[in-house]
Amino acid sequence: MTAIGMPAVRVDRTRAVPWLQEYGVYIGVAALLVFNLVFTPHFLSLENFRTQAVQVTPVLILSLGMALVIATGGIDLSVGSVMALSAAMISLYLGYGPVVAVLVALVAGAAAGAVNGALVAFAGVQAIVATLAMMIGGRGLSLVLLPQLDGIRNPGIRELGAGEALGVPYLVWISAVLVAVVVFVVRRTVFGRRIVAIGGNRRAGELSGLPVRRTLLVVYVLCGLLAAVAGVLATARLQASDPNSIGRLIELSAITAVVVGGTPLQGGRVRIAGTVAGAVLMQLLVSTLIKHDLPPSWTQIAQTAVIIAAVYVARERGRK
Amino acid sequence: MTATAEQGGAGAAGPVLRTRGLTKRFPGVLALDGVDFDLSHGEVHALVGENGAGKSTLIKVLTGVYAPDGGEMRYRGEAVRFDAPLRAQQAGISTIYQEVNLIPLLSVARNLFLGREPRRFGLIDFARMHSEAAGILRDYGVDVDVTRPLQGLSMGARQMVALARAVVADARVVIMDEPTSSLEPREVETLFSVIGGLRERGITVVYVSHRLDELYRICDRVTVLRDGRVVHTGALADLDRLGLISLMLGRDAKEVERQGATTFGGPHERRAEEPVLVADGLRDRRRLHGVSLAIRPGEVLGLGGLLGSGRTETARAIAGAMPLRSGRITVAGVPLRRRSTAAAIAAGVSMLPEDRKSEGIIPELSVRENIALAAMPRLSRFGLVSERRIDRVVDVFVERLRIKSAGTRQKVAELSGGNQQKVLLARWLALDPKVLLLDEPTRGIDVGAKAEVQRLVDELAAEGLGVLLISSDLEELIEGADRVVVLKDGAVVDELSGEEVSEGALMRAIAAGDGDAAATDAAAEAAEEGSAGAEGVR
Repeated sequence: MTAIGMPAVRVDRTRAVPWLQEYGVYIGVAALLVFNLVFTPHFLSLENFRTQAVQVTPVLILSLGMALVIATGGIDLSVGSVMALSAAMISLYLGYGPVVAVLVALVAGAAAGAVNGALVAFAGVQAIVATLAMMIGGRGLSLVLLPQLDGIRNPGIRELGAGEALGVPYLVWISAVLVAVVVFVVRRTVFGRRIVAIGGNRRAGELSGLPVRRTLLVVYVLCGLLAAVAGVLATARLQASDPNSIGRLIELSAITAVVVGGTPLQGGRVRIAGTVAGAVLMQLLVSTLIKHDLPPSWTQIAQTAVIIAAVYVARERGRK
Repeated sequence: MTATAEQGGAGAAGPVLRTRGLTKRFPGVLALDGVDFDLSHGEVHALVGENGAGKSTLIKVLTGVYAPDGGEMRYRGEAVRFDAPLRAQQAGISTIYQEVNLIPLLSVARNLFLGREPRRFGLIDFARMHSEAAGILRDYGVDVDVTRPLQGLSMGARQMVALARAVVADARVVIMDEPTSSLEPREVETLFSVIGGLRERGITVVYVSHRLDELYRICDRVTVLRDGRVVHTGALADLDRLGLISLMLGRDAKEVERQGATTFGGPHERRAEEPVLVADGLRDRRRLHGVSLAIRPGEVLGLGGLLGSGRTETARAIAGAMPLRSGRITVAGVPLRRRSTAAAIAAGVSMLPEDRKSEGIIPELSVRENIALAAMPRLSRFGLVSERRIDRVVDVFVERLRIKSAGTRQKVAELSGGNQQKVLLARWLALDPKVLLLDEPTRGIDVGAKAEVQRLVDELAAEGLGVLLISSDLEELIEGADRVVVLKDGAVVDELSGEEVSEGALMRAIAAGDGDAAATDAAAEAAEEGSAGAEGVR
């Protein structure tokens, strides 16, 4: 057994990979924009941009919470089911008025997040297991509460979904504000610093006296809350509460947006701007394929390709 | 390529492994600087050097963990380049690491034969595997049920399994990195006889250890590394201990004798007799059986003892990082009620943990963020981070500790070990502690940084801090500490102060308490464990 010397040709990956991970998502967005400008008729219209911005809203908002969770080294698979839960709550409590209904929906999302967080932070359950349980249980609970699609005629909720201010839909305003808030939390608050510190080295955080468990709990509560917001907005836009199909497999899109955006799955780093770009990338990808009349199965395959590419780049990084 | 000044014969069969001009560079450090290293058939070759001299880097390059940046390597006469650890293993170079890389949940026998199980009709022949495994392990002094999972074995027995596995896998070169650090004395004897057996079979052993006694007992030749260079290669018998130490330290033997090998100054003036920290009767479930100690302001208290004597656990218990069954801790006269790291930090206790990588640095964060981590609540207002305050604190410590980086925004992972350690010290000093617990503060850092850290410990004590110093480096303990408390099996067995603190006295104190006393301790412990178990049941 002497044949060992395999002279390997190596690209300078140590430089190329981090760069790709940092900026790859922007290149992807730019490439899709250019492609559409050239090949897609009527792409360059205000109406189209508005549609894109509205359609990206749920994934974008979910991915903000997901980015925080992933930055701690965790993951939240239950966001789609939490959307369904909040949709069911809207329908159930609409009798008390739209404000109460929305508040109940948000509280339900935060509570689901608190259960996730408690399991992860205090019971020491792996995030993927705890949130998988919530993913299944949350969907089941929503269907028990509201077994079938329920149309919403409340003008307040309808206005939330379809109305606009200064020519920009409420949905877009809300997601812009949430992005700004999350950026502020990550950049400027002690809490934000703790999130990445815990993801980077939890043991070091504990020894440095950081409230590790409390921080984790709050992160999962925030993720649940943001998922509930996404559920409310999706319901408002659909003008119907549909616990069966709302948010199905959307957690995968959110995770992809986060990872494509440069937040590594093992945590310790968070890129909110990248996450936003990641969500936009997924949206553009889907709409491009639809506009060019490719069947939905192609959309799924394209999404898969992006996920694999993103995870591949992240893997290269983690191996160092 | 120049001819090498090699002393000592390379053996009749010629070298099994030889490197010329091996170079490996990390950001900011030249870890290996043109290393020429030769291994003969059937020799036990000691590889020594201070922490940070490049030993582990050399091993990792030899075994394919790192790719060298320059130089060549010939193995059994052929130029080789291992691009993965597996390739080196397949070629017959095996490494037994400190943390043994086996699979805890698989059976002992499966671990031993993993990847080369005896087969029958394409399936694993368990009966044969088990009987062979038991036979092989008996030669290594391990008499266990080989069908049980590996995780039930002691560290020493696991190491033997790893060693046996390497030999079963036709290893020609076995590299042992600090193999005795987790072994009992009896297990050490077994290991030595196994190494003797390997030598007779023509297998080459590279033996990395800081324990000079061991080197002189079993090694034939020695290579001394310093700052990434080979400073000496030759027969060990031609080199006395003082000569070896002075080669490792890069200082004249006479100077070492006269001045000592550290940069500590003289004893510290104690400011007050009232201790700043009192720990009384610390007990936990496993390692601590009633440790009591007191540190006065301006004093460096050394904590001596062998590995596993409870030194690290004592520091952790004081820092609130480990649950205790009983015991009292008082800081500046105020008892610590809540046991948590946050409570200990609030009371003024800071601990520099032993394992810099897994418990200290947050690699992806910057130097600045790492320094500010623990003090963040003080560097913020209403939960909002004050960048200005952070900058002020960070600048002070970067200057005082002379932390060398490409800027405070550089990732801490890219710094050298010594600078990482200084960043951690800065993290703890930024809390303005009353008591500083240092667990192996100079392990794995380069000589220059080591001297700086030692000087800093001196200064801090002079400023009135109470310092607890844990070090396996006897010299550091003797010259750094004003007083040394010696632990054994989780209890204080001796205390040395003033003139009594010398190498001889410390060695005797560490060695004392063997025999009957140990047996009684063990019996008492067993009884205690029994009652604890009963409590648990109730």
